[in-house]
Formats: sequence, C-alpha cells, structure tokens
Amino acid sequence: MIRRQDAGWWLLILPAFLLMTAFYVAPIAQVLAISFTEPTPGLGNYERLFTSDSVQRVIITTLRICLITTALSLLLGYVLSYRIALSSPSAQRWWILAVLVPLWISVLVRAFAWVTLLRRQGLVNETLMATGVITEPLALVWNEFGIIVGMVHYMVPYAVLPMLASMREIDPRLLAAARGLGASRFTIFGRIFLPLSLPGLLAAGLLVFIFSLGFYITPALLGGGRTLMVAEWIGLQILDLLRWGLGTMMATMLVVAILTTLAVFARVVDLRRIFGGGA
Amino acid sequence: MMTHQPGPFARISAGVVALYLLLPISIIIPVSMTDQRFLSLPKEALSLQHYATVLTSPEWLASIWQSFLIAIAATAIAVIAGTLCAIGCWRLSRRSTDLIRALMLLPIIIPSIVYAIGLYRYFAGLDLLDRFMGVALAHGVTGIPYVVITVSTALAAFDPRLEQAARGMGASLMQTLRWVILPRITPGILSGGIFAFIHSWDELVIVLFIASRDVFTLPRRIWDGINENLDPAMAAVAVLLVVFTTGLLLLDLMLRRRRAE
Repeated sequence: MIRRQDAGWWLLILPAFLLMTAFYVAPIAQVLAISFTEPTPGLGNYERLFTSDSVQRVIITTLRICLITTALSLLLGYVLSYRIALSSPSAQRWWILAVLVPLWISVLVRAFAWVTLLRRQGLVNETLMATGVITEPLALVWNEFGIIVGMVHYMVPYAVLPMLASMREIDPRLLAAARGLGASRFTIFGRIFLPLSLPGLLAAGLLVFIFSLGFYITPALLGGGRTLMVAEWIGLQILDLLRWGLGTMMATMLVVAILTTLAVFARVVDLRRIFGGGA
Repeated sequence: MMTHQPGPFARISAGVVALYLLLPISIIIPVSMTDQRFLSLPKEALSLQHYATVLTSPEWLASIWQSFLIAIAATAIAVIAGTLCAIGCWRLSRRSTDLIRALMLLPIIIPSIVYAIGLYRYFAGLDLLDRFMGVALAHGVTGIPYVVITVSTALAAFDPRLEQAARGMGASLMQTLRWVILPRITPGILSGGIFAFIHSWDELVIVLFIASRDVFTLPRRIWDGINENLDPAMAAVAVLLVVFTTGLLLLDLMLRRRRAE
C-alpha cells in the first residue's frame, strides 16, 4: 500500500531500483539459472562437488588461503588499530591516512609492487644475495606464499576500520582508572581492552573473510597460475574452457557461501557497522 | 588524569605493520626513475625517461582517456541514482526501504567475478559487449553502493523537521529537494562521487570479461603489462596512478573537514 503523499519519494527510489534490477540482479540470476540448465538440465554440475578432485582441490585451497589471510590480517590490523586508538587525536589523523591511502590505491598497483619486490630477480632476492644471506634466489612469488603476502597487504586496512571504530568507543577513563589502581599494562589489555574490542575484531574477521573468498586479481597475479583460488578457477572455466555449467555452479556456491556466512554472523555482528548504512 | 599510552612492544609492532603497508607502494617511486632498461633501482642517475615513454605512447594515452570518460559516465549514473535512492529511503524509512538499501549494497558483497561472468552472457544478448556504454553502465551500477552509503551517512545528520517545515509551508517535492535537502548533503554526494569515480577508474574484473579490443581501459593495459612485459614504464604508470588516487582522497578529506566545520 503506497500512501498518496509518499508516492513522490518512492519515485526517487525508482531509477536506482530499475538500474539495479535490470543490470545487476538479472545477470546474476542468470548465472544461478545456467548452473542448473547447462550442459544438461538438472543437478549434474552440483554432483561434481562430491565427485571431482579438481573442484574439491580448488575449494580447499581457497578456504585454506582465506583462513590464513583472515588470521594474519586480524593480527596485523589489531596491532595497528590498538596503536591508533591510543594515540593523540592529531597523531591519529596521520595514522588513519597511512591506512586509507593503501585502501584506495589500485589493487593492480599493489600487486605490481609486490612482483617487483618478490620475484627471482626482485629487490628482496637481490639484496639478500648481495649481502650473502642466501646463495640461491628464494621462491617468494607465483606461489601460495606470494598470494598470502599480497592478500594480507590488501586486507589489513579493511580489518583496521571496524576494529578502530569499536576501540574508539572504549572509555579511556576505564584504562586510566585500571592503571591508577595498579594494574599492569598486560592486565589492562587482557582484562579490559581486549574484551571490549571483541565486537570490532569479529566484524573485521567477517569482512576480511568474505572479501577474500571471491578475490580475483591479487591471487591471479601473485599466484602465477599454479595456485588457483575459486575466482580465478571460475574465470578459467568460462573464458578458456567454455564450461559454463561448472563455472556458474562454482559462482553460485561462492555467493551461497558468502550470504550464509553473513546470515550466520548477523546474529552476533552488527552488519551496519561494517557496511555503513548510515541509519 | 594520565592517559593510557601504548607500550614499547605495541609501538614497535605497529610501526612494522605500517611499514609493511606503505613500503611496497613507495618502492615503485625509485623503481620508476631507474636509468636502467629493466625493472630495478636506479644505478647511476635518476631518469624520467620511463615517464616520457608512457606520456608519449598513444596506447597508454588512449587507455587513460578512455578510462577517464568511462569513469565520468559511470560516476554520473551512480551519483544520480544513488543520491535519489538514499533520499527516498531516508524519508520513507520503513522495512521495505531497509530491504532496498540492502539490495543496493549487493555489489560490494557479491564478488565481481560472479557479476562479470553473468554480465558477459547478459550483454551478449543486448549487443553491449566491448562497448563504451556497456562498461559505463556496469561500472555505474556497481558504483551505486558507495554513493548510497555516503549520502545516507550525510542524511543521518540532517534534521527531518526541516523537510517537514518546507513541505508544510507549501514547497513541492522538487523545491524541497532542490532548496532544502540537496544543499545540506552536497559534501556527502561529492564524497560518494569521488569513491564511485575511483571504483570505475580502478575496476578490472568486469572489464576483463565484457571488453576486449575497442574498450581497453587503463587497468586492462596494466594487467597485460604485468602478465607480459615487466618494464619500468609499468612503474611509471603505477606512480602516476598513486598520485592521482591520493589527490582524489585528499580532496575528499578536505570536503569532510569542511562538512565538519
């Protein structure tokens, strides 16, 4: 039921709604549909989840890399947010700039920088060889190690933002009071700061994990085609092997995995904190 | 009262993390000014030859120009649709508009690879593959969430009674929008526009699938460069991009500060 005086406001929503339906939801719905209809109608593509080694391998690789990435990003992000939250307001501005600039710099530029540093004739290997630490170049990129280094680098800023937001809500007088009562730095952290910052930690973990699951560019450039994550595997099925059924099946599973994770965590994490929403 | 300060361990480890974030990005600056013909640090002198190579190459310039035009068109789509939608949702504010706002956030939640393969098939039927219009539409639609988020945040600080007062004194919806609501949320709209612009300017995954020859954006050319020939010209392009993005972010920061005042 639309009340008459509201009609104008609904009209404002209409362009975005139509654009989104016609050019976003429809193509994605088509992906879901193709996974059930090609090459033959039925659940044949989904059967491969249980029978195909290559399908299972790519899922396990993806989950392993995503879990490692999430754990490392949370650890590094937490350290950084802790430092920022306890800084003076003017110092905070600089720290936040140090987090925001990498966040918005092209993912391609960052992957390129890592290749420059980590490849066989790269700056890290050259330096280590010149100083005599190693005699043979180390394999630092075009493998799982390289993927994780690049992905963690991409994800740390995303981990910092929700954690910092929740750390800023911690009343600094609590920490000062604990200190005044003789608590050690370690006790203050373990008994007060850490428990109060847990909601932010959880939100950051959720955000980093779901972003990592479907990540395409960094794994493709730093994995060198040998370590395949799910997104690159999907691209390969569609562009090179023309296996639309398999590719769309995996894409559907990816969406299902992300939405399920979000739905499960929506009970314990305030999703609005992550996605703004501004309500 | 003494404030609680971070300990030496926290200070040092945070410094290390900050270096991990910033050093790899800064290393491309000396690399881009190398006097060598391959990717390396400068040996004898600093040289701007690789910048000259990029800025005189018709291919790079064409891609930069094309990316710029696509980003402008995409930003226009995202800003108009996103702003109006955020205002409508804010004013109506009920369960159904919460759902619509959640729908608008889908492009940041669902991985672009899923959208890209869907669009590849969908655009084939509409004859939009490898077209300027196709890429601009795709980037515009996926840019809407950034605008919806920033505009909704700006609206949250807006007193709804102002709008009611304007309507009560007989202003039409268009007049209220034009003279009461929009001036108040302009910084939020500009902020959203900047993010939508950067989104399109940097976007690669969708372009890899829906464009091939006629539309060859800057990220696409960088992607080919990293995969095929790693030369110092790539570092020069990377530095130019970083400077450009940082400039846009500083602009956004200035706008935010003005809004705060």
